[in-house]
Amino acid sequence: METPLPAMTPAGLAQDRYAGLSFTAWRWIGTLALITLVAVLPFRLSSYHVFELTMVMIYAIAVLGLNILTGYNGQISLGHGAFFAAGAYTAAILMHRYGVPYWATLPPAALICFVLGVLFGLPALRFEGPYLALVTLAMALATPQLLKYFDTWTGGQQGINLVKPMPPAALVGLGLDRDRWLYFVVLVVLLLAIRIAINLLHGRTGRALVAIRDQPIAAAAMGIHTALYKTLAFGTSTLFTGVAGALAAIVVGYVSPEGYSLFLSVSFLVGSAVGGIATIGGAVVGGMFIQFVPNLANDISDAAPWAIYGLAMLLFMYTMPRGVVGSLGPWLTRLMQKTRAG
Amino acid sequence: MHQFLQQIFSGFAAGAIYASLALALVMIYRATDLVNFAQGEMAMFSTYIAWTLVNAGLPFWGAFLMTIAISFAGGMAIERALIRPVENAPVLAAVVVTIALLLIFNSTAGWIYSYTVQDFPSPFPDRPVFGALMTTRDLGVIAVTLVMLLLLVVFFRFTATGLAMRAAAQNPDSARLCGIRVGRMLAIGWGLAAAIGATAGIMVAPVLFLDPNMMGGVLIYAFAGALLGGITSPVGAVVGGLIVGMTENLVGTYLIASQLKLTVAFALIILVLVFRPNGLFGTAIVRRV
Amino acid sequence: MAPILELSGVKAFYGQSEVVHGIDVAVEEGGMTVLLGANGAGKTTTLRAICGLVKSEGKILFAGERLDRRTTEAIAGLGVAHVPEGRGTFVGLTVEENLRLGGYTRLSAARANIQRMYGYFPILAQRRRQQAGALSGGEQQMLAIARALMMMPRLLVLDEPSFGLAPRIVEDIFAIIERIRQEEKVSVLLVEQNASLALELADHAYLLETGYIVTSGSAKALADDPQIRRSYLGY
Repeated sequence: METPLPAMTPAGLAQDRYAGLSFTAWRWIGTLALITLVAVLPFRLSSYHVFELTMVMIYAIAVLGLNILTGYNGQISLGHGAFFAAGAYTAAILMHRYGVPYWATLPPAALICFVLGVLFGLPALRFEGPYLALVTLAMALATPQLLKYFDTWTGGQQGINLVKPMPPAALVGLGLDRDRWLYFVVLVVLLLAIRIAINLLHGRTGRALVAIRDQPIAAAAMGIHTALYKTLAFGTSTLFTGVAGALAAIVVGYVSPEGYSLFLSVSFLVGSAVGGIATIGGAVVGGMFIQFVPNLANDISDAAPWAIYGLAMLLFMYTMPRGVVGSLGPWLTRLMQKTRAG
Repeated sequence: MHQFLQQIFSGFAAGAIYASLALALVMIYRATDLVNFAQGEMAMFSTYIAWTLVNAGLPFWGAFLMTIAISFAGGMAIERALIRPVENAPVLAAVVVTIALLLIFNSTAGWIYSYTVQDFPSPFPDRPVFGALMTTRDLGVIAVTLVMLLLLVVFFRFTATGLAMRAAAQNPDSARLCGIRVGRMLAIGWGLAAAIGATAGIMVAPVLFLDPNMMGGVLIYAFAGALLGGITSPVGAVVGGLIVGMTENLVGTYLIASQLKLTVAFALIILVLVFRPNGLFGTAIVRRV
Repeated sequence: MAPILELSGVKAFYGQSEVVHGIDVAVEEGGMTVLLGANGAGKTTTLRAICGLVKSEGKILFAGERLDRRTTEAIAGLGVAHVPEGRGTFVGLTVEENLRLGGYTRLSAARANIQRMYGYFPILAQRRRQQAGALSGGEQQMLAIARALMMMPRLLVLDEPSFGLAPRIVEDIFAIIERIRQEEKVSVLLVEQNASLALELADHAYLLETGYIVTSGSAKALADDPQIRRSYLGY
């Protein structure tokens, strides 16, 4: 049991000085620095690197969806790749078959994945621990098979090719090519997702979910409609991941069953664990892990790249079992304690 | 009709393989409350060790026993060194560690032994039996699985160590207060599971042929079988594994859309679990608030 | 008679916080000592320190052996039986399996000991094959005590045996504890909030307040002390 910092209230924080500046001042500096970095970076990097960063953000949205389920609800899912695929193919089919503009595919993808999540959440509620892992594993395994089977819609093994969207005519002059334009589109969606997640999880709903996770019987006794919350958590979680999938289809310009194997679901879970399951910032860290570590592993050893990937996973879990952001929190608090003046 | 019977019997034989790996999964779950996703790859690695020993000139049963011993020691070492650090961490960390082990074992085996498919000797002759519905090899696999099951049941039910292991898994503090060395129980649990896995791998290799990806599919079906039977029950693991084997075979034969074999098989298994959420032989733990 | 258990300058920690600040406690051989105090006084933490379940500093002597540097399992092996707060029952195992586990360090005598436990607690014999989690609170408490006795301990450490139990059952349990102390010749260290009942049975008592011993003496002296009566006995 740690004694909390006496002044960790908004009022208290406003009073303290950390290495000369107030907490609010540091927050402003940090936010401004981050905004500048994020806005300027795409113009400094090659198109390919911009594409990679866009994928990081997409995976971050997907992992954020998983965090909502795992971190705040205590349910481990091995099947989120299925919903990523659902979102991706919804977008692809709408664009390819019906000529729907790319930005208009996001709401239907969100809705469909939400409904799917609620439908799967209802029966999944009966299962706990390894049983839930099995059910979600089945979803992940079924996905490539189902995608290949319904080939009139999905294009089967061949998949669907899409045209990468152009930036709007008015903005072309700003030096935005297709990759940079999509970077900002995804950035906006990511910020929106983070905002929604914060509202959801730091409010009443979030507290209810934590209560259900930690003390399900007491929560039910307090009148929290456990089944409803758990199902909605599932649906919201899959909504986020589905939107990420749709974005991925748009950004990559191609969908095929091979891209949505079990390994994708496992990657999401690993990203979530490495970043920190009950955190929002951890989703971004997870996104970075998913995008960059496999390539790094290949660079280090092309004979046994997955062994390196596995070693990286072990390294993170041993040093930061609660994830990077989950472990950074207490470290940051200690740092703040040390630099406090007065 | 004959084809139906044949599918049942060959499903039974496949199921015995799933059952034997499922036993290893149940063993670790009972000892440490964890699903070891690396169980299949560890078994595969053990099988390569056996293969190396046989190629070096050892007789089959000598290689088998040595492999079991090495695997037991290896399993204990893995628990001590790699699982112990995340014992008190959130469950997800331990899950990620086992997935990491899966990747490491698979990749390392590919690197050391290459991905070329190899032959592996079987101690059982391959003669047809029951009017060509099964072979003596299949019977051998089933017999070995049943013997392992018997040993496990006796171990958990009637020995002090088995009981201590169950206690250590359920309530480590209370177990320590009874004088049980919890750390050692966990390590022994992993050692035994590794030995069981090695046995499973050695039986699988003659049938599926030895290569680093040999156990991937087996693990998934073994996992399903273990849960279907009840993740805490060795008898359940065997029954579950056999049912999964038969289901997979029947679905593969009679389903028109054979590309959906895995999907349909799993859908059926989950359907059963909807009615029995703790598996066929699993016990729900009564928790008084 | 030398004390069987002696704590000297013992500090104990709950996580990182020090909650017990250097206490001295002694339990006479064959006697019953009770540790009284309100919630949060540090009573349970003290017991857990004795059994090596929490971090501690200072000297803990048991029958001449130092406990403070040993693991929980080793301490149990020396003959200290701890019935923890909340009973610590193995809820997923049967009653009889719980007892067998208690006898893990005394396997050769286990069968005979189990029969003896059924003698003390006939209700357990009736429920021997039932899952321990399905037992009522009082029955679980009896099971926990029986489990501890299976070890044939020299020291029995009990943490709030009356917790959550109806008064009638509490009386039964205390009667059994007293009977056991005399028949088994075991020393008892008891932590209790139910002060009046505890003081009736004990020889010595200590009063713990926010990690410090504020009073100690014979149980009778504390029971007669008007201040203690007002604060802890309610009259």
